[in-house]
Amino acid sequence: MIKIENLSTSYKTIHGDVRVCNNISFDIYENEIFGIAGESGCGKTTLLKALYDLIDPPLQIDEGRVVLNGEKNGEPYSFASGNIKNAWWNNISYVPQAAQSVLNPITRLKSHFLDSIPKERRKMESKRETLDRVQKYLEELNLPPDILEAYPFQLSGGMRQRAIIALATYMSPDVILADEPTTALDVVVQRGILMLLMRLQKQLKNTLVVVSHDMGVHYQITDRIGIMYSGSFAEMGRTDDVFRNPVHPYTQMLVAALPKVGDKSAKVGIPGRPPPLTDPPQGCRFAPRCPLAKDICHADVPAFKEVYRDRYAACHFIGENISEVSLV
Amino acid sequence: MAAIGKMWKHSTVRLKIGFFGVVFFLFLGFVVYLVPHDDPTLFDMWNVYAPPSRDHFFGTTALGQDIFWLLINSIRNSIIIGVIVATIGTTVGVLVGLTAGYLGGKTDRVLSAVTDIFLVIPSLPVLILFTSLVQGGPTTLLMALAIAIFAWAAPARQMRSMTLSMREREFVHTARFSGENAFKIITTQILPYSLTWTLSNFMNAVLVAIGMEVTLAILGLSPATLMSLGNMMRVAQSYNAALLGHWFWIGAPVVASVFFFVSLFMFITGYNDYLSVKRGR
Amino acid sequence: MKASRYILIRIVMWVLTIWMGVTLIFIIPRLMPADPIQNMIAMMEHQAGPMPAAEREAMVAQMQRQFGLDESLWNQYTSFLLNGVLRFDFGPSLMNFPTPARDIIFRNLPYTFGLMIVSLIVSWTIGNIIGLLAGFRKDKLSSKIMESIAIFIYPIPIFIIALVFQIVLGFVLGWLPISAVIFGEVWSAQWISTLIRSAALPMLTLVVLGLGWWIISMKALSMSTAQEDFVMFARYRGLSEGEIGRKYVLRNTVLPQVTMLGLSMGGVFGGSVIVENVFNFPGVGRLMLIAVGASDFNMIMGGVTITIIAVTTATLIVDLLIPFIDPRVRRS
Repeated sequence: MIKIENLSTSYKTIHGDVRVCNNISFDIYENEIFGIAGESGCGKTTLLKALYDLIDPPLQIDEGRVVLNGEKNGEPYSFASGNIKNAWWNNISYVPQAAQSVLNPITRLKSHFLDSIPKERRKMESKRETLDRVQKYLEELNLPPDILEAYPFQLSGGMRQRAIIALATYMSPDVILADEPTTALDVVVQRGILMLLMRLQKQLKNTLVVVSHDMGVHYQITDRIGIMYSGSFAEMGRTDDVFRNPVHPYTQMLVAALPKVGDKSAKVGIPGRPPPLTDPPQGCRFAPRCPLAKDICHADVPAFKEVYRDRYAACHFIGENISEVSLV
Repeated sequence: MAAIGKMWKHSTVRLKIGFFGVVFFLFLGFVVYLVPHDDPTLFDMWNVYAPPSRDHFFGTTALGQDIFWLLINSIRNSIIIGVIVATIGTTVGVLVGLTAGYLGGKTDRVLSAVTDIFLVIPSLPVLILFTSLVQGGPTTLLMALAIAIFAWAAPARQMRSMTLSMREREFVHTARFSGENAFKIITTQILPYSLTWTLSNFMNAVLVAIGMEVTLAILGLSPATLMSLGNMMRVAQSYNAALLGHWFWIGAPVVASVFFFVSLFMFITGYNDYLSVKRGR
Repeated sequence: MKASRYILIRIVMWVLTIWMGVTLIFIIPRLMPADPIQNMIAMMEHQAGPMPAAEREAMVAQMQRQFGLDESLWNQYTSFLLNGVLRFDFGPSLMNFPTPARDIIFRNLPYTFGLMIVSLIVSWTIGNIIGLLAGFRKDKLSSKIMESIAIFIYPIPIFIIALVFQIVLGFVLGWLPISAVIFGEVWSAQWISTLIRSAALPMLTLVVLGLGWWIISMKALSMSTAQEDFVMFARYRGLSEGEIGRKYVLRNTVLPQVTMLGLSMGGVFGGSVIVENVFNFPGVGRLMLIAVGASDFNMIMGGVTITIIAVTTATLIVDLLIPFIDPRVRRS
């Protein structure tokens, strides 16, 4: 479905280039919910931008590419970095952060739906017909159809985000990218939004990529998860597997810090901070904060390799003796 | 010195051109002015419409006045009027804006309404009334005061919105919760922070004031004895200098005004851009 | 609900603005160090030679009565509000005795407003289109050139622009009259054609001056609007740049520009006063200057009061358009 091949991106600044995604290669499959997790500044939003081909200065692709393959209405298609823009909304769509005001404040919701339909398609049916179909679609999603007549400021934050999701999925794209779709919404509303995303994915049997710093979001909805740290993946695998049996020390500490029902022990955060991307340490980026770090960790970058089927991690000690590494 | 160097590096071409233009006119009005010269208001009937020469760089007027020195004196006086108006306008504006923005509530509503009213009232008719009543010709100071009646509203409005946004900032909250009184917070926290924008407002007020003096002078409402860019143009125009081809007479104040206004405006907008870029980082 | 509140606030502000303006007009002559009546008599003496002391005294008393200056300040104020502001009664014009000043002002007012309205519509429309393009496609060379021209024109005093047009188009090329000559019966073909020819240069001057301002302000506005999240998201949805420009950037920038249009009325009136005087165009601005020259105090007071009311009302009308174009004011 989506192939990320050896992708490196950086931001051009007056102080020189800042590498944000570092040699990333992985696949995202058809019919799955893939989560990208990590602390802020780890490069997850930049990776998402590269997936959606939002490469505008100062961001640039240094190496590698993203390939989007699939089939729509019986016709196979293939897009790669540089022309994924042509697939926007039809084959791949984007749900922005809930905190942003992404709807035109002075036009009604319905005009957003009409605007987003590709020009060639608009000629095929009248506005009235399109709106009828949109209305039916909203009913299917249990959204009140009269929001089409509303202005963005008349909707609550949660309703607005639902409407945006409806907008992003109306063309039944094969891939939906969601960037922090629930951040800044209150917990009850968050759950509703996540359920809506899950339901839609089941219905469309497409690919949903969710970027969030909130591990709870990933635990609730994703099938597979990739944990990013300082510009590349530390670990990737089936979500339940990663949560139950984390292999990378970073993931282990991350999971150990999560609250669990019935657990009364004090939670400790991970000491230290992520390294600055402007001046990353040599070797493993996590080494300065890793309790298990040895000389090799400060010297060589660990490869992102398969631990077992569908499970990848980037740590020097994996494969040698996983249990010894385990902190839990 | 290092700070100035850094500022220079980050400033735009527009800011640099504007800066040099303004400095050039300040030089003309306040340094070149010091070179000893005859009073350019004096008539010299033996020497009317003299062409440019060593004695008269830009020639003379229909009354034999030296155009070059007339121009230098005019630039000087125009700048002085601009600075007087801008000083009054900006000071009052900053005080009103700060008070409205910081105190909020009823005070804010009243002050804002008054500010808005002064932004809407057309200033020229009021100034025409004012200057027409002093037929002997208003003094320069009196006219500057009259222009200043309308010069405070725009800075007040900007200062108010800046103070409103700043009131919610962390450091002001901290000061307030640690028991500082309002006056101290305003003078030690908010004012220094907004001073850079106040400078921009000040320059803008200078521009508006000089423009207003030119306008009043063209209409014959500026003190007739005042040597100013506007009066120079009016007198030249009343002798039909342009139609008769006395280009230096009408041209000197026109060209000087154009360059002065444009460089002042470039300096202001360039400086504003510089400030927003600096804030943005 | 909210719209009616908005309209109410605007109307209250309109009344307050007129009140504040006319109060200023009332106070200023009374604050002057020199007595306007003494001034006027000095003017007359200057023109007609000195008059005997007794005649002079009688003249002062008569004028004081005429201007109501012998009454208490409060009575003067209320009668000014009542007669001047509500009935536009300022007494006879002294230079066109005994025609009421009001009649002459109202005869001249349409010329000024015609000049203002036409030039505002033209410069606002063209300036905003150019400004939108310059801000939305800010990297294009044409955008940069347009903005540079605007930055060069805007700060130049309007008199200079008028003068340049007068010399180049009127004098050197001889295309248009350098001074307004309007004749014939009102609304006759001759009147219309002479009006158009006479108004061309004043209007062109006002348009050019306005263009600079509208280009600069619209460019700044559309540049910042183009960075808004909703414009980005429209782009992510695959909308064409043209569509984004029209439906997203333009529609959101027009609103503040309409507000600005209301605020610019006073400035445009000032510009009109200048061009009317440069080109001898028969508007209120020209009339007021003639009145100043002739010491026609009634006419000056009437002209200033009526223009303040007229300009403020024009601002109000523009402000009342806003609920129709901004749903946020209309609802919620």
